[in-house]
Parts: sequence; C-alpha cells; structure tokens
Amino acid sequence: MSIQVQNINKRFGNFVALDNVSLNFPTGELTALLGPSGCGKTTLLRVIGGLEYADNGRVLLEGEDASDTHVRERQIGFVFQHYALFRHMTLFDNVAFGLRVKPRKLRPGETEIKRKVHDLLNLVQLDWLGDRFPPQLSGGQRQRIALARALAVEPRVLLLDEPFGALDAKVRKELRRWLRRLHDEIHVTSIFVTHDQEEALEVADHIVLMNHGKVEQIGTPQAVYEAPATPFVESFLDLDDHGPDWLVAARLRRKGYALQPVSEHRSAA
Amino acid sequence: MQAISGNPAALDRPGPQDLALSGLWTARGIGAIENQLDALHVAPQTEVIADGARIEALDTAGAWVLQKLLLRLRAEGIVVNLRGLRPPFAKLLEVVAQHDAAQAGRSAPATSPPPTLLANVGCSTVAACAQGIALLGFVGESAVAFAGCIAHPARFRWRPILFNIRSAGFDALPIVGLLSFLLGIVVTYQGANQLRQYGANIFVVDLVGLSMLREFAPLITAIIIAGRSGSAYAAQIGTMAVTEEIDAMRTIGIAPLDLLVLPKIIALVIALPLLTVFADVLGVFGGMLMARAKLGVGMGEFLDRFVNAVGTNDYLIGIGKAPVFATIGAALSYTQADTANRIACDGFPHANSDIYDKAIGGSRQYKTGCACVPSSLQGVQMSARRQSIH
Repeated sequence: MSIQVQNINKRFGNFVALDNVSLNFPTGELTALLGPSGCGKTTLLRVIGGLEYADNGRVLLEGEDASDTHVRERQIGFVFQHYALFRHMTLFDNVAFGLRVKPRKLRPGETEIKRKVHDLLNLVQLDWLGDRFPPQLSGGQRQRIALARALAVEPRVLLLDEPFGALDAKVRKELRRWLRRLHDEIHVTSIFVTHDQEEALEVADHIVLMNHGKVEQIGTPQAVYEAPATPFVESFLDLDDHGPDWLVAARLRRKGYALQPVSEHRSAA
Repeated sequence: MQAISGNPAALDRPGPQDLALSGLWTARGIGAIENQLDALHVAPQTEVIADGARIEALDTAGAWVLQKLLLRLRAEGIVVNLRGLRPPFAKLLEVVAQHDAAQAGRSAPATSPPPTLLANVGCSTVAACAQGIALLGFVGESAVAFAGCIAHPARFRWRPILFNIRSAGFDALPIVGLLSFLLGIVVTYQGANQLRQYGANIFVVDLVGLSMLREFAPLITAIIIAGRSGSAYAAQIGTMAVTEEIDAMRTIGIAPLDLLVLPKIIALVIALPLLTVFADVLGVFGGMLMARAKLGVGMGEFLDRFVNAVGTNDYLIGIGKAPVFATIGAALSYTQADTANRIACDGFPHANSDIYDKAIGGSRQYKTGCACVPSSLQGVQMSARRQSIH
C-alpha cells in the first residue's frame, strides 16, 4: 500500500517538530527516516500510524485520506524501540493477542489462531520460545517477537520506531540484515525510523533525511551518500570522520585505505 | 596530500568603488589581512563591487573574516556586490553567513523575574481547570465506552472483571475488616463517655448502628480501596504508557479504555458494596464488644435494640453510596496519573495537548542545545576542510 503525507505540520508548544513535510512512500519498499535526535522523524512516524495527530496536513493511505481514521482502522503494524511486549502474557499470547481481541465476526477460530501464531513464530525463528514470558528473553529476541506481533494482524503497513535502537551494535547488525531478508520475503510497505546512518544505508531501499522537522534529501542510499544535497546531509552521513583520531586512523588502516595517519595529514595541511 | 601553496590573502582597490580579493583566504593566509580589512574605509551609502574571482582557497576562517567585512560594510549602508566567487566558496560563505545569523538570532536566555503571587495563583488555577477538563473528558469517555458495552454485552471482558473483583475486593477483606472493627470500637468508646452521663447507655446502639451503616463503613472502605487499588491502577497504567504497551494495544486495534479501565471500574462498582457489607458487620461487632465492656450492654440486648434502631433504609443508603465512591475513586486515580490522559485522549486528542506541551517543553532546551547546533557547526567545519583541501 502506498503512503503519502502532505504538508504535515506539528508543534509541541513553541517547538516545531514537523515543518510542512510532504513525502511519498512507494508500495512494497522499505524506507528509512534518518536524522539526528529531535529532528521529528519519530513524530512523523507516529502521525502516519495515527498515534499522534498533526496540527494540519493530510495522511493518505492508498490514496485515501486517513487523517481522521482511527489508529484501529488503519491496519498498521507498529514496532516500538523498547519492544512494548505485554509482560504478563506468554510470547504466544502476545502474538495471538491481536487476533483474539478482534470482534467475534472477524476472529479466526482457536485452531486457526494457533496455526497462524506458530507460523509467525517460525518466521521470526523463535517457535521454541512460545511459552516463555518477555522478561526471560534477550533484547534481540524480544524485538523479533514484537515484529511477529505486529505482523499477526496482517498489516497493510509496517512502521518501526528505532527497532534496533536498544540493542548492542553487533546484534543490531545481525538483526537489520535479518529484517532486510524478512522484508524481501513479505514485501509489506515499511517505514523505519533510525538515527543510525549505517543502518539506514545498509537496509533501506530509500532514505529520507530529516533535520529540524524538515526533509533535507530523499533518495536511494547510494544517491544520498554520493551526492549529498546539503552540508547537513554530507556531515551527517560522513561516518569515517567520527571518533577519536586514533580510531579513525585505525579504521582507515584496517579497511586498507592508503591514507596517511591523521597527524601527518594535519602537518601537511 | 600536498600543502597548498600560493600568495597570502590580499585586498586591492583598483578604484574607489572596487575591491579585488585574491590569494589564500585560509587560516594560514589571512594573518595580515584582518587589520587591513578593519582599516578599510568606503564612503557610506554607496555601491561597491567586490571581485572574488582570484581567491584561490577559502576555509571557514577566511569565510568568517570575509563575512565580517561584508556585515560591517552593509551595516554602514553600503551595497556590496560580491562577484566571481567560485561556487564551492560561495556555498561555504553562505553556510557561514547562515550560522552567523543563527548565532545573532539566538538571544541570551531571558532571565525572567520570579513569578509573582498573582501569577502563581493564575498558573495554579489554569492547571486545576485543565485537570478538571481532563477528568470530565475521562468520565465522558468511560461513559461512552460503558454504554457501548451495554449495547453489545459481548464486549464485556469478564475475565479481567472477575480478576479485579478478587484483587480489589476479596484480597482487601482483612484490611477493611480490621479498620472498620477498630472504628466501631472507637466510636462506641467516645460515645459511651457521653451517654453514660445521662444514663442513656442503650442508645449507644443507635449511635454505632446508624453511623457505621450510613456513613463510616462506605467511607472507610472507599478510602482504603482508593489508596490500595487506585494507586495500583495508576501505577500500572503509568508503567504501560512508559513502555509503550498502551500504544501497542492501540495499534493492534483495541481501545485501552475497554481493556484496562472499564473492567476495573466495573469490578470496583461490584466489589465495593460487598466490602461495605463486610465493614458494616465488623464495625457493629466492634461496637458491640466495646458496649459490653464499657457500658454493660449485653450482646442480646444490643441486637434487640439494633433491630429497632436501624432500618433497612439506613442499610441500603450506606450500600448505595459505595458504588458512587468506587466510581469517583477509580476515575480520580486514573486522571491523577498524567499518563492516563493518553488513554483518555484516544478520542479527544486536543484536550490533553497541554500535558504534552509540558512534557516536551522540558526536553526542548536539550534538543536545541545539543542536537541542532553541533550538527550545523560540524557542517561548517567539515565543508570548510574539504574546500581548503581541494
């Protein structure tokens, strides 16, 4: 399903979170909203999901104005940074929750629910953990369960709010590759928010770079990296310059770049 | 990597209204030029053409010096046309100018005078009104949800209701019983001193019976439940809001109000009258013991008098109060938790924007202070380095 947002504005008091944002998210693609903290990317995601209301502007889902549609009727799957699993339910019940609370007419039978939940747990490779409770899992496992729960209601759109933000760097890398493969399998239109440049560059089909509530640049990862449109985009995506001098130098050496260490670099200039 | 060679920055004046810039406008090249720039004098209210075509290199320092000159001249009312600058240099100059303007625009934090008494009263009043409106909104929202459940009884969630009747009702029996028992003793004890003076010992039954059944039992039960269960509910909702479980419920397609709030209110409305009956019994029992010890009113005598003194009406009035107290207590405990507003705002998104404002207001300083400024600064520095390297 395609998603469009048109002229979205959102303020919190005097703070402008979204400043006239218009975007078009193509069907079946994985789009990353990338930007520094406080740039409005999460707010935009929540507006699209219906958890937050824009001051003005429209959200179009499949061409239809969904601005006044309740979050319940938008048929979205939402994955939160801190998993938001229901702690008093087993993982199986967590995933089944969305199906069990449906109105009786739409609710599948208990055997059907069971089959579906097991399919989903298999999809996230955690079928063997179904009868555990969320606190007994590692962060990466919890996030995969959260994803299964979001997928259970067969969403038309999948929204992920910094899904790997609470995980350590290594697990994050594994999980984002896994997410990419999963998306190639299920092909549901997805938007994910991140402030991790590498993550966005590696995983997304398209990147939307935001700063101060405005869109700075839109494009494929390669396009935004090779041709940054503004100084902000250039500096934000410029990763090898980050960190202490020795780290930058070591990183360059290990990657086999034939550049001189930073200190010589300086004296030469 | 090669060191950049060339002439240091220079400024010539081919004509009175012409400036020619040349050389390396970099940190190394601008050493001498700054004094020259400061000394530069142009007749005010005229037009100057500055030719930047021969600038060989420009970095942030050079751009800053140049920008300073431009600002000074423009402040004197001189129109400066800067021409021939290479595009990368022009872009850098623009970035520096923007950054400068941002710096100038940001005034020092206003040191507001401490709020006066009147202002404080006003603020508190506005806050109280906002909370009142939030409470009303919550009550309305719950009423609508409840009406919806009445219309479609299948929407009632019996399991949580039963569970809450047990946790808020049955599990509270000991504490409610103990307190009302003690209350019965105290009331009788205080009454006994007075009644004995008039020889009206037997009327202690009226005193304990009426006061316990009509007033004290429902009140003490409601207070205990508000403290015991109400705060637990508020804490539960608050935690779920923080961990985004409530948002998760909404995205899955269930109204948190239906699942989290209604069952608890219904459970309290059922459990509180039952607890009140229990409190009645134990309160009167406490009074009976005390009456026997202090006034010599025997148990049989007490019960005989009790049947005459206290009517069914008194009993029903006390029981009738309980559900009202239950609803008020539950509603208050939900609205007390600020986060509970996020549930109520399911239907009224704008009623609670003030609370969001407050929450966001605190982090605003942080956001502008940390995220925005360094990134723009970084942009300046990094592009500057690129320019000078080329």
